[in-house]
Amino acid sequence: MLRLKFDLPLLMGLLILCAVSLVILYSAGGENQRLIVNQSIRMFVAIIVMLALAQVRPDSWFRWSPYIFGAGLIMLGLVLVIGYTGKGAQRWLDLGLFRFQPSELMKLGVPMMVAWVLTRKPLPPQSGTLVLAAAVLLIPAGLILKQPDLGTTIMILASGTLIIFLAGFAWRSIGVLMLLGAIAAPFFWTMLHDYQQQRILTLFDPWSDPLGAGYHSIQSMIAIGSGGAQGKGWLNGSQSQLEFIPERHTDFIFSVFSEEFGFIGVLMLFLLYVGITARGLYIAYYTKDTYSRLLAGSLSMTFFFYVFVNIGMVAGMLPVVGVPLPLISYGGTSMVTLMAGFGILMGIHNHRSLMSR
Amino acid sequence: MEQLELKDYLRETNLIHARLIALVILLVVLMLVILTRVWYLQIYQHQRFEVLSKDNRVRLLPVPPVRGQIYDRNGKVLAENIPVFTLQVLPSEVDDMDALLNELAKIIHISPGEISKFKSQTRARPDFESQTLKVSLTEEEVARFLVNRHRFDGADVQPRLQRHYPYGGELVHVLGYVGRINRAEADSIDQAAYKGTEYIGKLGIEAKYESDLLGKVGFKQVETNAHGRIVRTLDRSPPISGEDIHLNIDADLQVKAREYLGDRRGAVIAIEPSTGGVLAFVSTPTYDPNKFVNGIDHRSYNALRDDINRPLLNRALNGRYAPGSTIKGLVSLAGLENGWNKNTEVVCPGFYRLKGSTHRYRCWRRGGHGSTSMLESIMQSCDVFYYQMANSLGIDKLHDFLQKFGLGEQTGIDLIGEPSGLMPSREWKERVRGNPWYPGETLITGIGQGYMLATPLQLGVMTATLANRGKRIEPRLVSQLTHGSGDEQEQIAVPTGALLASVSAQAKNYDVIIDAMRAVVEHPRGTARRVGLDAEYTIAGKTGTAQVVSIAQGARYDESKLTEFQKDHALFVSFAPVEEPKIAVAVIVENGGSGSGVAAPVARKVMDYYLLGVDATEVEAAETETAASEPAANSDAVHEAG
Repeated sequence: MLRLKFDLPLLMGLLILCAVSLVILYSAGGENQRLIVNQSIRMFVAIIVMLALAQVRPDSWFRWSPYIFGAGLIMLGLVLVIGYTGKGAQRWLDLGLFRFQPSELMKLGVPMMVAWVLTRKPLPPQSGTLVLAAAVLLIPAGLILKQPDLGTTIMILASGTLIIFLAGFAWRSIGVLMLLGAIAAPFFWTMLHDYQQQRILTLFDPWSDPLGAGYHSIQSMIAIGSGGAQGKGWLNGSQSQLEFIPERHTDFIFSVFSEEFGFIGVLMLFLLYVGITARGLYIAYYTKDTYSRLLAGSLSMTFFFYVFVNIGMVAGMLPVVGVPLPLISYGGTSMVTLMAGFGILMGIHNHRSLMSR
Repeated sequence: MEQLELKDYLRETNLIHARLIALVILLVVLMLVILTRVWYLQIYQHQRFEVLSKDNRVRLLPVPPVRGQIYDRNGKVLAENIPVFTLQVLPSEVDDMDALLNELAKIIHISPGEISKFKSQTRARPDFESQTLKVSLTEEEVARFLVNRHRFDGADVQPRLQRHYPYGGELVHVLGYVGRINRAEADSIDQAAYKGTEYIGKLGIEAKYESDLLGKVGFKQVETNAHGRIVRTLDRSPPISGEDIHLNIDADLQVKAREYLGDRRGAVIAIEPSTGGVLAFVSTPTYDPNKFVNGIDHRSYNALRDDINRPLLNRALNGRYAPGSTIKGLVSLAGLENGWNKNTEVVCPGFYRLKGSTHRYRCWRRGGHGSTSMLESIMQSCDVFYYQMANSLGIDKLHDFLQKFGLGEQTGIDLIGEPSGLMPSREWKERVRGNPWYPGETLITGIGQGYMLATPLQLGVMTATLANRGKRIEPRLVSQLTHGSGDEQEQIAVPTGALLASVSAQAKNYDVIIDAMRAVVEHPRGTARRVGLDAEYTIAGKTGTAQVVSIAQGARYDESKLTEFQKDHALFVSFAPVEEPKIAVAVIVENGGSGSGVAAPVARKVMDYYLLGVDATEVEAAETETAASEPAANSDAVHEAG
């Protein structure tokens, strides 16, 4: 019974992605070996976490959902009161040994809880259930927005919304909500921080202030555009190597990748990302119980949303919000969360036959 | 999971399958959107961006501002920025780093510590960032390097400004120092404002006035060649240098006051009563702030930290001592204001006993002072007089009155981390100790002992307030901030101390107290009579002695048996001239023994220097001789114990 269970296609895709990450980090980090060592250690830890979670049966996740969510909610509250402030945002709890970011736990806790709420009643959900699901989604999102961490808020909103969508939220209601959203947009605009407004304005016309607010956006686009079809070659991206790109080993790593590997490289990268997402959706399709389906569908598609939002912002289509390129950007916390999500996905797939009810 | 009927299960499966297919469509759409955008940038617009990339030679570089300088009241420079030459190495230009370091070490002295620090920096930062190998090169080293420059590809000498404190340790407890920005500070500061700046104020004035001293970062647009080297500067928005700070401190007086304290542990505060301007702010021992600017090495730091004399402690600001008899004038004033007649005499048999108790509260003079008036009680520092007065006033009145002179409250000085001291009250004892207030505690509060704690700065402010006849002014180190120099100098701000309190007491009562404090230094039987001797101006003062070791009932105080760190602290507060006070001085000498013997002469010399410009070092030598010739006559005064 101690046989390690995992999903081979998913594992292969993820390992290749990790390898790509190390290759491009070496270039983006100025050939700094310590960066590579640090990232490798994180990857190793994240993969161990993934394989461990792959052994867990999905009905356990179902039973634990309220507790995981509840614990996450309490910690989010604590962060606002006693959290560690770094770079102007309050996101961390200091646990002595290490700092913990409760919003990362909620990236998994929120979709679990929304799926839990919805699967307790027959689908498609009735309005009462929907109100409860919306509350479970919006309360943690509000707390994270207050930190402020716009990137994580958006990703958590996306993961919960995906569950509600998968559960059969009526198309007509979706239409009505989008209309309402469009009407309320000016109101939300006034609620944004000044620097957030500035980022959105810059998006429309970066060249209006090429050495000020638009500087990073323009430099990033020059990097991508000058890469051309074949790219300038590994370690040869002049934009990246000469420090024109901000945050080039974290959020803006895609501009380094596309400058050095060109459009062909970008296509290959997309093949990997889409392949991994498709495998996740395949798992969701062929699993047998509703909760697992909802969770698997949401986790896979949220992963692709990361890719979409990150590349969208680096390529100058979306405002700059702090979302890393999944499994490629330098950084530990979000990688562990992502890998944990894939662990849950593998667990769902491994136990699909057990769950047929 | 709910018990669902088979029909529902099938319906749910079909529903979710339909939605999953919708997601696949969404996935394809999102993918196409992104790929179209990247295709547009990389293929369709490639030509344009390639040109932009090749022409992309314009970079923005931060130009750090020059930190404001700090001057004393006479315009002497206390903190300046001096040009130093640093040895920089650009790792990406170096083929064999070890060989380069070896070669460099032959002409420039590089310590193993500097090499290991440099190596850890290069590992942590990208190759194309220049790293500092050695901070301040001598002119000779610079010359030797420039001659041999062609041999050292990747290494270069660069000038930069570095903070320097010409007075060394003399003012470290006032100015503090700047140091490299550490990780915790990096998280809390506005990164944009510190672009290109490596230093931040860590302590003292440097920390308190950080935002004024810092200045505003400038930028320059530079054109680079294909390798990123700067070819020429296109445009620059110059930085705005920080504001200069002018202190009320008189650097000469500060140096002298430190000299008068000698190598003893202690503090001297001198305040101009009318403005609250701090003229001298001395805490000994001191340490050299210049060592901290580029990071002090562990061994030197540990030596400072573990020094038994605790040089890192700012005694003037943070040292807390029992004020002892120095508050007796104020207690008398409280008595006068509450109906005590100035001519009332108290018989001092050498001890005081509360009704219904056998405990003897002793006077410092075993034989007692006999029948003692208020004037004599201050002049001779009789304890029994104050036991009785404190007992008749009660702790509540005593607390409220002394608090008006700033005891138990922060003085509001322009430094960070000032303690509030402790002025005990019933409420305080209930809250902190959980016990009721005992009458005996009122007695020892009346002579400045017990729970009571005050900082040297608080004693200085208390004395200045008395000199002002009740006007308590916030002490200020900084007199003004200016920008620019010469004709273009403009005044930015004059942070005068606020009037914190006005203690209303009758003028004639102030006269009684101040006359008695004159008697302390002038009367043949005053406890500090040597101090007033031959003074060319009038002085009002009060001695004090703070016990470090408590004396058991019935035991005798024997100084010779105590080790140095168990000896009493010596205190003296004074102001002069009495008619129109120009300076108020508080002196504390840790384990000095007695206020009159050790602390008072320091205060006298400080006042001589400030008021007359006389350096009294020689006077001291003469005085020691006189004191030695008549030891018997002095013993009473010297052993005044509060």
